[in-house]
Amino acid sequence: MGLFIAQLLTGLANAGALFMVASGLSLIFGVTRIVNFAHGSFYMLGAFIGYSLLQVLPGMVGFWVAMLLAAIAVGVIGVIVELLVLRPIYRAPELFQLVATFGVILVIQDLALMIWGAEDMLGPRAPGLKGIVRIMGEPVPTYDIALIVITPFVALALWYLITKTRVGILVRAATQDREMVSALGVNQSWLFTGVFFLGAALAGLGGAIQLPKGGADLLMDFNILASIFVVVVIGGMGSLPGAYLAAVLISVLNVFGVTYIPQSTLVLMFVVMAVVLMIKPYGLFGREEVAGEHGQVGEVERPFKPAGLNARLIVAAFLLVLALVPLYGSAFSMVLITDIVIFCLFAASLHFLLGIGGLVSFGHAAFFGGGAYVAALIVTYSDTPMEFALMLAPIGAAMAAVIIGWLCIRLTGVYFAMLTMAFAQLLWSLVYQWGEFTGGDDGLLNIWPSDWLNDTTVYYFLTLIIGVGGILLLRHAAHSPFGYGLRAARDSARQAEAMGIHTKRVQWVAFTFAGAMAGVAGGLFVFSKGSIFPSELEIARSFDALIVVFLGGVKTLSGGVVGGAVLETIKDFLTRFEYWRMTLGLLIIGVVILAPDGIVGSLRKASERLGITKRPEGEV
Amino acid sequence: MTEILRVEHLCKHFGAIKAVNDVSFTLNKAELLAMIGPNGAGKSTCFNMMMGQLKPTSGSVYLRGENITRMAPRVIWRKGVGRTFQITATYQSMTVVENVQVALMSHNHKIFSIRPYAHKLYRDQALGFLETVGMQDQADRHAAVLAYGDLKRLELAIALCHEPDLLLMDEPTAGMAPKERIALMQLTADIVKDRGISVLFTEHDMDVVFGHAHRIMVLNRGELIAEGTASEIRNNAYVQQVYLGGGQLYKKSEEGHVNA
Ligand SMILES: Nc1ncnc2c1ncn2[C@@H]1O[C@H](COP(=O)(O)OP(=O)(O)OP(=O)(O)O)[C@@H](O)[C@H]1O
Ligand SMILES: [Mg+2]
Repeated sequence: MGLFIAQLLTGLANAGALFMVASGLSLIFGVTRIVNFAHGSFYMLGAFIGYSLLQVLPGMVGFWVAMLLAAIAVGVIGVIVELLVLRPIYRAPELFQLVATFGVILVIQDLALMIWGAEDMLGPRAPGLKGIVRIMGEPVPTYDIALIVITPFVALALWYLITKTRVGILVRAATQDREMVSALGVNQSWLFTGVFFLGAALAGLGGAIQLPKGGADLLMDFNILASIFVVVVIGGMGSLPGAYLAAVLISVLNVFGVTYIPQSTLVLMFVVMAVVLMIKPYGLFGREEVAGEHGQVGEVERPFKPAGLNARLIVAAFLLVLALVPLYGSAFSMVLITDIVIFCLFAASLHFLLGIGGLVSFGHAAFFGGGAYVAALIVTYSDTPMEFALMLAPIGAAMAAVIIGWLCIRLTGVYFAMLTMAFAQLLWSLVYQWGEFTGGDDGLLNIWPSDWLNDTTVYYFLTLIIGVGGILLLRHAAHSPFGYGLRAARDSARQAEAMGIHTKRVQWVAFTFAGAMAGVAGGLFVFSKGSIFPSELEIARSFDALIVVFLGGVKTLSGGVVGGAVLETIKDFLTRFEYWRMTLGLLIIGVVILAPDGIVGSLRKASERLGITKRPEGEV
Repeated sequence: MTEILRVEHLCKHFGAIKAVNDVSFTLNKAELLAMIGPNGAGKSTCFNMMMGQLKPTSGSVYLRGENITRMAPRVIWRKGVGRTFQITATYQSMTVVENVQVALMSHNHKIFSIRPYAHKLYRDQALGFLETVGMQDQADRHAAVLAYGDLKRLELAIALCHEPDLLLMDEPTAGMAPKERIALMQLTADIVKDRGISVLFTEHDMDVVFGHAHRIMVLNRGELIAEGTASEIRNNAYVQQVYLGGGQLYKKSEEGHVNA
């Protein structure tokens, strides 16, 4: 009994920081409709800044002053990010904003590395709260008790601010109806900035107060990201009580999980989320989001036709150049191109889902990594020939996509995105924690192709044929009646349903098809590397593909492929430098703000402006 | 006379609001029936329940005697019902003719086919429907750049694709110039005559209503308050009162309401 209560208290204490970060994210989303992926970075900065402040501010008063100052400092950083990065793109589609905040993550990662170095920092214990109290004989840190007491006060203060003050009323009005606020004569952009300050400060506070328990390190940003999204989604986007309840639920669950089923703590969190969303699709306290309410805005996609003869000849010539690489290129260039082609296929499959289908999935890595793992596991555990394993990769990925798609397609917009991410994380945590079977963090090694393919040049050709074939198949599908049905469901589900199209089923099939194609890429990947690690299933992998689709141009047909080729090449070049993340992050932010049409879209517009190609009548 | 559509005691309550309350009527083959009423009377709500976009609180809808209440819109469409929306719903990323082609692909059960080059599929047939509504010269324009009145006509072409027996048109002429309105309603009347289609439509332009409808129903605050021929409705004292003390029946009301 004592142990049980002690664990309950630890869970409640852990909920403190989680709640603060999650409520900040929820607040920002509620008002600005921006899903701030950089929120984990604000949390990390809170921890680092708090750490530095504690070096100069001694004593009990110093400790709490440092906490507060850290929160304010992060709030100011949040304002800077809002002003420089987000303000220019409030009218842009959701995906743009998302990609921009991802750029911010990269920049902050390298800034933190520059300032604080790569060493993990052990948090100092809080003066005056260093001891333990015994509850029914079990030791509980005094600091935990303090956190349990403080958190409800923070929550209450927030609740008071939101429900009882004029500012709060404006924030709530903005959450419900953005146009109304501007109609009331309130300067909307300063309201957004203010909310960003508050949200970022909350994340900073969360990072700072967990210092005595967890310290500060450079992995904190991604590590907390998944948890805060789970909390916000379970609680309901934009709901404070929901965030508190979910933070407590997840934290307590975690503590008990560690004790009783240590192999599945991570899995548990996502299972809970999936179950909640299946019963209450908009979270415990969330409001139903009408499809399209906050959907894609901005320019409408242009009609497209299959490529003309000239374009086909250019592509054919380019493929010929690629096919002849073994004659004049080095082995290194073949390896690089193999990587690029695989990545392009992965990106093209996401582009099909996202560009043609309008389905923004945050978890596409599940099918890339999933396909790779299916092939690797089959090879590891049964003496399956490689050719057969390569075929099983897309089949395995498609099976996962059928199930995940069935569960996710019911939702739309941000909720769809969150749920796909949760399932991808579920798969990742399964692979990560089920070490005996999947190799866990050590991955699976020695997954080499059959002898006749085990040669850089031969494998190069195999990748080229399957990769390019897959990309062409995706393009063909876009031009087929199925592609038209998918675009119809995206453009106007209301009209599509009223003309006999089962839109959800069309989207489900598209989800499965895109998953299978990502699985093909995953299969090619694992045999080209000879090994596979859980990182291929990570959030960061899903984001790689998202960024590529966006960089290439969502609203163009070849955006995915072109973006994939460009980004892989840039990355190959940049990763030779120490601070490549910052450069890449700045590049991404620059493209978002300056060339929101992506590479292909911007090239198209430039050539129309220069009169090289004709602009269709009526287009901008 | 054969009955196509029968609506019995249809109700839709949004909380305390009785948007539609105990509405019953029938629609016969080759009949052009108008449903009129002030803004917020419940016309669109009625349409949405007949076509399955909304589930009624109570009541039933019968199509050729078959109970279609609570069926999904796509199922009702396959039974030969087409509709146009008060706020147009078209595929903005496609060309005009492709919008019609998609309807034809769906009608021919080709939506799940991945045989390429859908832009050639049923193109001639689609051009034919565009010609019916007078849009053939705009076939290859991007739907996103069309004028509002043209979008309405495009929707009509789309709705005609599967040779429906019944057409539900929610404010088909909103956003058009007066001349265009008359032309479009004349076109609709011709279609009714030629193909024996039945049409139920709502309309705020009384010239259009009295000029073309065979029969008129008046809806007010969710309830049917009158039904009859043009002259019966025109001389109904209660109807005149609803439309603010007579005279108003001949005025055009505002355009572009946003209640979908
Ligand atoms: N989803 C909804 N929730 C609550 N009330 C609704 C909803 N949809 C419609 N209403 C209400 O039901 C009533 C009828 O609306 P409806 O759109 O059917 O009117 P209408 O006759 O089509 O009007 P208009 O001529 O403006 O198109 C209105 O008072 C409207 O506010
Ligand atoms: Mg209406």
